[in-house]
Amino acid sequence: MTLTEKILARASGKPWVRPGDNVWVNVDVLMTHDVCGPGTIGVFKREFGKNAKVWDRKKVVIIPDHYIFTADAMSNRNVDILREFANEQGIEYFYDVIDDPKGQWRFDAAKGNGQRQFGNRYSGVCHSSLAQKGHNRPGEVLFGTDSHTCQSGAFNQFATGIGNTDAGFILGTGKLLIKVPETMRFFFEGALPLGVMGKDVILHLIGEIGFDGATYRAMQFEGPGVSTLSMDDRMTITNMAIEAGGKNGIFTCDQKTLDYVNARVAANGTKSAFEPVEPDADQQCIYDKTFDLSQLEPTVACHPDPGQRKLAKELGHITLDRAYIGSCTGGKTSDFLAFAEVVRGKTVKIDTFGVPSTTEVLNELKATQWDGQSVWDILAAAGVRLTENPGCAACLGGPVDTFGRMNTPLKCISATNRNFPGRMGHKESQVFLASPYTVAASALTGKITDPREFLC
Amino acid sequence: MAHTITSKVFVVADNIDTDQIIPAQYLALVPTIPEEYEKLGSYALAGLPDDQYPIKFVPEGQTKTPYGIIIAGRNFGCGSSREHAPIALGAAGVEAVVAESFARIFFRNSVATGELYPFDAPQRLCDIVKTGDEATLDLDHDTLTVRGKTYQLKPLGDVRPVIDAGGLFNYARKSGMIASGE
Repeated sequence: MTLTEKILARASGKPWVRPGDNVWVNVDVLMTHDVCGPGTIGVFKREFGKNAKVWDRKKVVIIPDHYIFTADAMSNRNVDILREFANEQGIEYFYDVIDDPKGQWRFDAAKGNGQRQFGNRYSGVCHSSLAQKGHNRPGEVLFGTDSHTCQSGAFNQFATGIGNTDAGFILGTGKLLIKVPETMRFFFEGALPLGVMGKDVILHLIGEIGFDGATYRAMQFEGPGVSTLSMDDRMTITNMAIEAGGKNGIFTCDQKTLDYVNARVAANGTKSAFEPVEPDADQQCIYDKTFDLSQLEPTVACHPDPGQRKLAKELGHITLDRAYIGSCTGGKTSDFLAFAEVVRGKTVKIDTFGVPSTTEVLNELKATQWDGQSVWDILAAAGVRLTENPGCAACLGGPVDTFGRMNTPLKCISATNRNFPGRMGHKESQVFLASPYTVAASALTGKITDPREFLC
Repeated sequence: MAHTITSKVFVVADNIDTDQIIPAQYLALVPTIPEEYEKLGSYALAGLPDDQYPIKFVPEGQTKTPYGIIIAGRNFGCGSSREHAPIALGAAGVEAVVAESFARIFFRNSVATGELYPFDAPQRLCDIVKTGDEATLDLDHDTLTVRGKTYQLKPLGDVRPVIDAGGLFNYARKSGMIASGE
């Protein structure tokens, strides 16, 4: 069996499963956020009754992150709906925006959206938070009401995005009926060269198979190249499995996985027992191809979909209005450090926005010193407009007052994950997806630029 | 229950993603709150680029569309897992989408909510049919008749009774898989 088949067999209590089998799986973690949580809660109450209790309050993780730092009253209300539900159900893993469990979240527009407006429990983008707060564990089954839930597959677990109705069903029963996907195997050899990141790997792969090339399938990443990739790079890769249509993306487990997970579950007091899976020697894959990581180059997905693959060095003729770094895909500490490496001591030429994925990223950027200056200050000195409020921000447009949102038809290079028409705001705007290195180099020149020019 | 759906069709091309079906700025609307459900319908397909789609899917100031069937190309519903997408279409009055192919989560959400019938068409109907054409979808025979020609669609199989019942929960109750709620 493949990694995905092994996990689904275990979760459904069967000795084995095959692609196409429909199986009821027991769910280890259900994650929801402020955009889909209120609707999920609505389905749960409608179907199981007003006084119903969730199947296991320790397995439900609620992470407001999408539309938080906005004056939009409905968005603020949605965070209050989550709080009320968390209180009523005794849900411990609720990363609230404010500290007062009886309070109401109201964004203060007068303060602006750059200055910190959150309490001590807030974390930020759900997928990054799941990892940092010790909710990702090898061998488990995790569902989330967000398509980038597949990011958690970096930790050798089955993780996929679902809708409110399925999530409401899980809240009541702890189970879900799913079809076992076929597995596509991506075998990594070599190590990434200078200037190339996990983002380039996944943009290369999506370009290779097409952006619906993994529809209904599992993308499995294995081979000796895996151990050369950091957990952050692995998260970037699995995060975008959905951009190839994939049901899930999943990595094999190694010492780096175990070290990360053990440290996080210990620090947060979450469940520490888990059992990783390994692929069988006779696993059956519908696609099997080897990729030499050392041969990859800085890669860009052009407007209007993640499958429009080009090399950064081929796109020097494309002028830009804006650069953006942030989100689950491109707002991790390592992403900002790569970005800072390029822009340090220089000045960006176009409007450039930076949104840390989580409060932990924010704190690390402020604490990390390079020659006596924090990385945060280095970025600000280079002209990057930063917000202290971590979250999804303009990655998906959001309400019109969202930090970094494109409210006019601009051309933007972005470290985020999706570039369909209107994704980051205005319907006629265009988004080019690239690594933090490439976004940084392009911010300096105002054109799409191969970052290796700045890294030699 | 009617086993055929006759309606004007609205035709879209490939890769209509969830941001075009329901732009992210409207996601603060909660689908289980009835007035917000209606509102979602008024924004259905509001993200389509105006230059490529000069005809509005939902006329200005209205919550319902005159088009009960959508004809689409490849990979309809790609992108986000937002259930707001099939719900916005269903709330606007869409009963079925006939596409060359669907993205996985959109297909599943259509079935789970029972909002619409997602039919796979072996032919690329979006190149043949025009917005405003009158079509008849026969659910029992899995066919679409339009412009005087009948096209065989891929049978819905096991998902048909789930949508007929009005979604996953109704189906599960009806078939005894879960107990009745309050």
